[in-house]
Amino acid sequence: MNDRVPGFSTLAVHAGAQPDPTTGARATPIYQTTSFVFNDADHAASLFGLQAFGNIYTRIGNPTNAVLEERVAALEGGTAALAVASGHAAQVVVLQQLLAPGDEFVAARKLYGGSINQFNHAFKSFGWNVVWADTDDIASFEAGISPRTKAIFIESIANPGGTITDIEAVAAVAHKAGVPLIVDNTLATPYLIKPIDHGADIVVHSLTKFLGGHGNSLGGLIVDAGTFDWSKGNKYPMLSEPRPEYHGIKIQETFGNFAFAIACRVLGLRDLGPALSPFNAFLILTGIETLPLRMQKHCENAKAISEFLHGHSAVASVNYAGLPGDKYNNLARKYAPRGAGAVFTFSLKGGYQAGVDLVSNLKLFSHLANVGDTRSLVIHPASTTHSQLDDAAKVKAGAGPDIVRLSIGIEDKEDLIADLDQALSG
Amino acid sequence: MNHDSYPDDYIRGILNGVKSIAMVGASPINVRPSYFAFKYLLQRGYDMIPVNPGHVGKSLLGRPFVGSLAAIGRPIDMVEIFRSSAHIMPVVEEALKLSPLPKVIWMQLGGRDDDAAERAEAAGIRVVMNRCPKIEWGRLSSEISWMGVNSRTISSKRAPLPTQGMRLSLNRMSLGGGATTASDRAAKDRNEVS
Repeated sequence: MNDRVPGFSTLAVHAGAQPDPTTGARATPIYQTTSFVFNDADHAASLFGLQAFGNIYTRIGNPTNAVLEERVAALEGGTAALAVASGHAAQVVVLQQLLAPGDEFVAARKLYGGSINQFNHAFKSFGWNVVWADTDDIASFEAGISPRTKAIFIESIANPGGTITDIEAVAAVAHKAGVPLIVDNTLATPYLIKPIDHGADIVVHSLTKFLGGHGNSLGGLIVDAGTFDWSKGNKYPMLSEPRPEYHGIKIQETFGNFAFAIACRVLGLRDLGPALSPFNAFLILTGIETLPLRMQKHCENAKAISEFLHGHSAVASVNYAGLPGDKYNNLARKYAPRGAGAVFTFSLKGGYQAGVDLVSNLKLFSHLANVGDTRSLVIHPASTTHSQLDDAAKVKAGAGPDIVRLSIGIEDKEDLIADLDQALSG
Repeated sequence: MNHDSYPDDYIRGILNGVKSIAMVGASPINVRPSYFAFKYLLQRGYDMIPVNPGHVGKSLLGRPFVGSLAAIGRPIDMVEIFRSSAHIMPVVEEALKLSPLPKVIWMQLGGRDDDAAERAEAAGIRVVMNRCPKIEWGRLSSEISWMGVNSRTISSKRAPLPTQGMRLSLNRMSLGGGATTASDRAAKDRNEVS
């Protein structure tokens, strides 16, 4: 007899959570505490030595955060997860486990502008060298591989253009090279795309976006797919070699198929420190309970608005993978059959100035630097999120000067279309 | 039994049913996985027997080492093999000579020998391969969820308390001046007035 596999919406509500043993509280309590008392000296030593499961200090783990971790791990189909303070923190913690100074990773050029910045500058100062590849040219990933390559990094639905990455093709390149594929699944969420089903070994999230979904809490998360053998070729000593931080424990040998998540927790989060507030974890958990409902509405609205813009005389082009005829429509049908997400770009015939005017004329869309809110959002990437790039790099990243990015919320689509219509004619 | 994927009820039944566990390859070195698992299972109430010919005469967490399964000298419910795959068959052969036979043979995470499993199952022994009993206990109790691990279980029932209900505590610190709370003072004032 096989165990029943619950559906996505059931897991979104239940996974990781259970009524509190002491009080019976049904909602997940906010364990707003820095520390947890030990039963006795041996219990304390067991916890510090990774011999027992349990709570020590909220920088390493917290029961509210743990519910969030297990929930997203279940939704993504991973073995374990680790919540951290932001999506950026997730990327630092992941790469710290994989790269030593002088090592390289290959990353798709179409990424969130903040990630491009982090990889180009902060990570280079650590000696972690990014090699850029063209999202649409799989051969460029292969060309970027060297003996020092330790990982490949892509976004499933890429910011800002909402383009869809051929995850399986990039996974094949990664696995041929013997390195893990890291997929940032922020814009898709597991409701639209489950990268692990397509070959991802590690999934990272900015929980700040659609997973939390209400624009009220920063958070990041790392999911371990449990698929990668870290012991091969001695390339990943954080996982395969005795760790002096823990008296010689080998993380993979001890923790098996959730070793990567444990390494991120006990070697990354513990020592780098970007812990998630339990209050944020609570708000994000509450958001995740309605993730399927919200994503359906986000996608329905985004499709209607992309069609409206596509037919508008002031609009030069719409880049939305959910539109028939879009360059990425076939990939969207394969990877995201429930919807192509709710973040996309379009360009105006009037160029840069028309984009600036549009943003200022809108009354319902909020002009800010976030995506994945219940509210509809608008931004001009060239002057904000991607402003650090030169003009050629902006175009390659899908953030040219005439481009406007929308993140479609869950308002009534007729009101959003009316707002865009008045702003375009204003 | 399909050894690529065990139903939770199979694992739960084993962990809930066995009482004594002989761990072959138990290490006294406290950073080895076998030590972790031995200590954890001992704390969960299992009758643990460390089997390692290199350490006879010493003991592990108060349990004396024995040199072989035959040397245990009493019936055991489960043999847990903490050896790499290449060393599993001789241990299974040794276990098959025990009388009575153990009910379960469990091969640790990373350990798998399908021929050995087949021989054990032919003798009516339940077999688990490539799993860690500590991880499985942690998962099925949801204790492992504290580490962000996907337990692959959900429940709408109140989680059991680690102990059976609230206990009378003999070591709470009592606060002095117990008769000076406002309500006590008010009662006292009323008595004085009347």
